Amino acid sequence: MIEETHPTTGDDIIICRDVHKWFDNFEALRGVSLTIKRGEVVVICGPSGSGKSTFIRAINRLEEHQQGTIIVNGIELTHDIRNIHAVRQEIGMVFQQFNLFPHLKVIDNITLGPIWVRKWPKARAEEIATQLLERVGIPEQAHKYPGQLSGGQQQRVAIARALAMQPKIMLFDEPTSALDPEMIKEVLDVMRELAHSGITMIVVTHEMGFAREVADRIIFFDQGLLVEEAGPAEFFTHPKSDRTRLFLSQILQHLEDFRCENWRKLSR
Amino acid sequence: MTTIQQTGSQPPAGLNPIQWLKKNLFSTWFNTLLTFVSALVIFFVLKGLFTWVLTAADWTPVVKNLKLFAVGQYPIEEMWRVGTILAIVSFLMGLSWGVWGGTVRTFAIALAVGFTLIALLPFDLYPGNENQPDLILRLGFIAHPILVVMGYSLGRTSVVKSRFLLGLWLISFVLTILLLRGFEGNQILPRVATGLWGGLLLTFLLALVGIVASFPIGILLALGRWSSLPMVKLFCTLFIELVRGVPLVTILFMASIILPLFLPENLRIDRVMRAMLGMTLFAAAYMAENVRGGLQAIPKGQIEAAHAVGLTGSQTMLLIVLPQALRIVIPAIVGQFIALFMDTTLAIMVGLVELLAVGKTVLNSNPAWLLKDKEVYLFIAVLFWLFTYSMSYASHKLEVALGVGKR
Ligand SMILES: Nc1ncnc2c1ncn2[C@@H]1O[C@H](COP(=O)(O)OP(=O)(O)O)[C@@H](O)[C@H]1O
Ligand SMILES: [Mg+2]
Repeated sequence: MIEETHPTTGDDIIICRDVHKWFDNFEALRGVSLTIKRGEVVVICGPSGSGKSTFIRAINRLEEHQQGTIIVNGIELTHDIRNIHAVRQEIGMVFQQFNLFPHLKVIDNITLGPIWVRKWPKARAEEIATQLLERVGIPEQAHKYPGQLSGGQQQRVAIARALAMQPKIMLFDEPTSALDPEMIKEVLDVMRELAHSGITMIVVTHEMGFAREVADRIIFFDQGLLVEEAGPAEFFTHPKSDRTRLFLSQILQHLEDFRCENWRKLSR
Repeated sequence: MTTIQQTGSQPPAGLNPIQWLKKNLFSTWFNTLLTFVSALVIFFVLKGLFTWVLTAADWTPVVKNLKLFAVGQYPIEEMWRVGTILAIVSFLMGLSWGVWGGTVRTFAIALAVGFTLIALLPFDLYPGNENQPDLILRLGFIAHPILVVMGYSLGRTSVVKSRFLLGLWLISFVLTILLLRGFEGNQILPRVATGLWGGLLLTFLLALVGIVASFPIGILLALGRWSSLPMVKLFCTLFIELVRGVPLVTILFMASIILPLFLPENLRIDRVMRAMLGMTLFAAAYMAENVRGGLQAIPKGQIEAAHAVGLTGSQTMLLIVLPQALRIVIPAIVGQFIALFMDTTLAIMVGLVELLAVGKTVLNSNPAWLLKDKEVYLFIAVLFWLFTYSMSYASHKLEVALGVGKR
């Protein structure tokens, strides 16, 4: 069935080597290499347009890289459609704009993958969906349509939908950027709980408080390059590159201005 | 009639009738003028029309030829087939009312009332056919309310699932065609040449076949044009653009005259089938363009989310993209179906005797009736209006039910 090009990758669940991606003539990724261990929580930050989204989307093949190697859970991402499907079943993704299916009820949004991809019986899929809705704190919304929910609730449904496939890896692309401030916390709480559950997570976010608290590693992207990677303590206190320092000062200034209280609490 | 003084946080009371009139009809001197002019025009048109309809008009050509208008030359001995089909429709309508409720109720009741009214028509339904028992026909029509109620009762018991009911409608559609057509050499159901089909029956069949068949074909064409396979895309684009660049009459002529030249002898299909084929292909091209509009309106994020969940390309299309796209284009599709229903009158050009053609035939059949064209064409116009209006009413209700523009 699935050709296991790299059968035993041991502890490394994602291996990227020298990944390049062009949009027409614009090189969005200029040789990114990164290895992520099972259960690791990695936060990616960096200025807008630096290729963060392109990179994590390449990991589940929503973008196709043109050069380099990406191996997920022992399966190399090639043009082989079977490999792509096999990889996507192991990866859940949460988008900035939620991307819930507006014509399906919340519960059906969540059971869609399990029923059609995993081929579970409907009853079992719904049972698990109900459990997941409880886990993200909105069991009472199961039979509403996404349009009837607040942004924070929608994003939590999106997380439940991704989890329903029981993925080994979760990708988050700026999950709180489209949310009103008062809803950010409810989503971050869910993600925090998830991070402690042992699943592998890659989170693109500018929520530095969240990064500092749960990330095992923080990665800084700039102009299509992985500029810096470090543990949170080191990343915030001793950034190596000037670019990182500048970015941090900007984003922390931003936080200073808008979320004074929170930041002081977190930086202590 | 009285305005109640509202207190607390209730919404402000609506306008009373006098206030409403003032606000909507007489707000400015210009508005007042328009109101009077339109009222005058409406008054004189309606007065003239009603006086004519009730006093001067002579409805003999219509009354004497009800059977022709209904089914054309379809043999009187085989009329029971049409009756059976109508009975099935009434029963299914009642069943749909029971299962789906809501708007279907209006249609089921309208159907029951309509058939009852036909049964009570105060003149001979088979003029000139003394040996055809008029009474049986009337009894048949009067049974329709009972059929509707029976269907409704069964539908309420929730043994019939929604999907199953849809299947029943589709099956009954195929059954209709088979039943009307019959089979070569069969004793009970001898073949009735399609050349004998006519009137409202033929109009309905042309429109129904066009609508039902063009729907899936149109969707496939739209998907083909949308796909990334170059040959499929090219073929679909070519087909759509070619058909859309040609008037329907031309397509009917081509289907009627040119098509037989290409088909082998044993594959020859008759004139009615050829017209149906032409209408279907024509409608499919427009259907495809409508659907394409819907496909383009679906955000890319929907497809990405579906892929991220692990759905395959075709699952994404069937479960995520198409349902949303079709919902968006319901109004456009129904508009197109209404147009198609009226376009069936063009079949007259290739020698089919649909409703309008029956009108012409009737007028020419008796020199005394030559001057009764007003009555005949008004009758036909009212029939067309009844059905097209029902379709747009149904479409509007469907939009509301499916929440177009809300979710
Ligand atoms: N589909 C696309 N077509 C062309 N250019 C794109 C496309 N997607 C992204 N880009 C470009 O690639 C660069 C990286 O984009 P992205 O990965 O979205 O950045 P980030 O997520 O870090 O803000 C940007 O300059 C963006 O304009
Ligand atoms: Mg981005």
